[in-house]
Amino acid sequence: MCQDGVNKSRRTLLVGATAAVGAVGAGFVAVPFVKSWNPSEKAKAAGAPAKVDVSKIEPGAMLTAEWRGKPVYIARRTEETLALLPSLNSRLKDPENSNKAQQPAYADNINRSRKADLIVLEGVCTHLGCAPKYFAEVKPEPFDADWKGGFYCPCHGSRFDLSGRVYNGSPAADNLIVPPYSFDGDTLIIGVDEENA
Amino acid sequence: MSKQQNTLMGWIDDRLPVTQTYEKHMSKYYAPKNFNFWYFFGVISMLMLVNQILSGIWLTMNFTPSAEAAFASVEYIMRDVEWGWLIRYLHSTGATFFFVAVYLHMMRALLYGSYQKPRELIWIFGMLIYLLLMAEAFMGYVLPWGQMSYWGAQVIISLFGAIPVIGDDLTTWIRGDFLISGATLNRFFALHVIALPLVIVGLVVLHLLALHEVGSNNPDGVDIKKHTDENGKPLDGIPFHPYYTVHDMVGIVVFLMVFCSVMFFFPEGNGFMLEYPNFEPANGLKTPEHIAPVWYFGAFYTILRAVPDKLLGVVAMGAAIAILFVLPWLDKSPVKSWRYKGLASKILLPVFGIVFLILTWLGTQPASGHFLGLFSNGTVAVVSTIFYFAFFLTMPIWTRMEKTKPVPERVTGGH
Amino acid sequence: MKKLFALIAAVVPALAVAAGGSNIHLDEHKTDLHDKASLQRGAQVYMNYCMGCHSLEHSRYNRVAKDLDIPEELMMENLVFTDQKIGSLMTNAMRPEDGKVWFGATPPDLTLVARVRRPDWVYTYLRSFYEDPSRPWGVNNVVFKDVGMPHVLADLQGRQVKGTAHVAVGYDTLTGQEITEEQEGVLYLAEEGTLSPKEYDRLVFDLVNFLTYVAEPIAVERQRLGWWVLLFLAIFFVPVYMLNKEFWRDVK
Repeated sequence: MCQDGVNKSRRTLLVGATAAVGAVGAGFVAVPFVKSWNPSEKAKAAGAPAKVDVSKIEPGAMLTAEWRGKPVYIARRTEETLALLPSLNSRLKDPENSNKAQQPAYADNINRSRKADLIVLEGVCTHLGCAPKYFAEVKPEPFDADWKGGFYCPCHGSRFDLSGRVYNGSPAADNLIVPPYSFDGDTLIIGVDEENA
Repeated sequence: MSKQQNTLMGWIDDRLPVTQTYEKHMSKYYAPKNFNFWYFFGVISMLMLVNQILSGIWLTMNFTPSAEAAFASVEYIMRDVEWGWLIRYLHSTGATFFFVAVYLHMMRALLYGSYQKPRELIWIFGMLIYLLLMAEAFMGYVLPWGQMSYWGAQVIISLFGAIPVIGDDLTTWIRGDFLISGATLNRFFALHVIALPLVIVGLVVLHLLALHEVGSNNPDGVDIKKHTDENGKPLDGIPFHPYYTVHDMVGIVVFLMVFCSVMFFFPEGNGFMLEYPNFEPANGLKTPEHIAPVWYFGAFYTILRAVPDKLLGVVAMGAAIAILFVLPWLDKSPVKSWRYKGLASKILLPVFGIVFLILTWLGTQPASGHFLGLFSNGTVAVVSTIFYFAFFLTMPIWTRMEKTKPVPERVTGGH
Repeated sequence: MKKLFALIAAVVPALAVAAGGSNIHLDEHKTDLHDKASLQRGAQVYMNYCMGCHSLEHSRYNRVAKDLDIPEELMMENLVFTDQKIGSLMTNAMRPEDGKVWFGATPPDLTLVARVRRPDWVYTYLRSFYEDPSRPWGVNNVVFKDVGMPHVLADLQGRQVKGTAHVAVGYDTLTGQEITEEQEGVLYLAEEGTLSPKEYDRLVFDLVNFLTYVAEPIAVERQRLGWWVLLFLAIFFVPVYMLNKEFWRDVK
């Protein structure tokens, strides 16, 4: 078997060309395997918008809906509790919604909602994911002598006001997430807003 | 510990013989230079094994192995999982092409006497792989829980009932229930996904180690180690890498073109690969008009049906597979390759190939049909079965008696 | 030589009569999955006439809408008759137990019927109902003897009966006139329906076209991709072949 030195560069070229095209082919083959891990149609359908009739929610009451496997709290706040919100600012970690990821643009206000009275929040504590409990009444509570209404998480003691804003001293770092939503008359559509329509 | 080297490979080699192994099995494994078309199918079989494992693992991510949900989960994969359809077809088409490659690989052994001394063990490992592969494919086909999955399982498992005394208890034990049910599906899933693949991969490793221990055969059946150069390298040998790595790549690309043509344009294989009744969910109360195995089991199914008695049919089917194991001891020819064998081999070997194809075809057809519109399937099945056994049983005679041609000292052909 | 034998042996059996079950002649369905207008009409027929009893439980509305170029709102308005969402599976409200009582056998889900029976069978079946007073629903079917299904499309097709009639069997080569023959067991229309025979055939054609689509929605895309893959492999073959040839110069 003879091996001329002359052929070396041609060999390198051919090996390179084969390897290059082969790598492209391998990339193409990898795509279906990787993409098959994406959420399936079934997952996407389960993640479809949830429609909720909010007309019957009394002031002070809360309804829990489900969207994308998560609880969504829909509460109607009274005028008194709404008025109290600004006074809480000094006790909160992020009173001004500086973490923009926690709410859509239309919820970037003190009420953290489209309509002043109705708050829509994901019932998922921003600490480690437990479902915070609703404590609507303005009265002293074991976890807070000066409680002005809101949510208390039983797992590690995080506290949130009626706009879902997190209190100082809570293990949670961020305000509760406001999901995308919109209204169609008296029907709340969770999962659909201008961007996601 | 070998001499210390100041490189990464050196560091590894001091702890694990990577370079040494690579040289022994690739860059310094001397293979005969005259491999032809028939020598592609070993590598292609390995490629198909990898394909089945990869596509199989991915299918397992979305398949639900329960009688209630299995069928729907396959349609879920076909429709709702991104690219799920492709992964499914890779697996179903892959099964067929795996057997095509394996059968052609085995035919090569028959042609060139690759099972003869000192390669008997390679052949035995190969036969074990073949046997397990058939079990693996059978169990895999049950998993989609279609009509053919169910009734094919019913037929094959009930064969065990033919064994005297223990038959009925044995079939109940295999099924895990008094009828084919979710219990059967679940255990077949476990065996199909991990148990058999592990053993098959282990056997493939043994198969290759046994091969490399004695060296590869070649189309002339000549022992290349008989003529070596001053360094002990066979004159007619070339290092497997790079010569056969690049050579096999050509074969693989051509093979992939055929494979992809079928997978993308005829994934059902006209009903031979994905049988039409299997698109209907399993129904224990409704037997399909015509229970047929997937094509690759055809030959043995024909032999089973050719014998009117249930137990004897099972025995015949088992014997048809068992006789292949002892092939190295049936071939008494002093010559390995068909090229130099006598007239008997020249005629009988191709005829055997054709008969095997006929047996395979008949296995997919109803017993009542007509072959070529002329002869009844039953008659052709019996004649073919008799030829199949006669071929092996008489082999010691005609391989010893036939007049062989002189075998060259050095290989012919090559490039 | 062996290759040639193998090839012949493979081709010849394919010419053998494919025996099995019935020897009913099946009309050819010239399936065209690219004809979206046909698929849309077929979908409409299915939803209006079939969905009540036969679910399509593996298919989703949004997939059908996407593949058939039907805007989602139009899909919801015209083709979804329940309060299901666009992403829902196309199930129906009939309970299997009820179906079994009413029809003798539960009307099966039809998502995959075109893959089980093949389009030719379904196409012929839906046009082969004939009057049979001995059956519970007053009809029987040449392709599926004693079927439990009523002839849902009877109003459209008209009243078809099985009897003795003149059938065209060819042409006289001299005069060019059609030769007819009286045959028994022929299906013919005793009374016309709201559609002409040609229109009815067209409707059934569309319906079967749709059912073939629904059985494997990815079919068209799969073939499209196939051409690209083969092209890639053809291109890949070039450096691979040249690389092999280059190295093998060393040998002998």
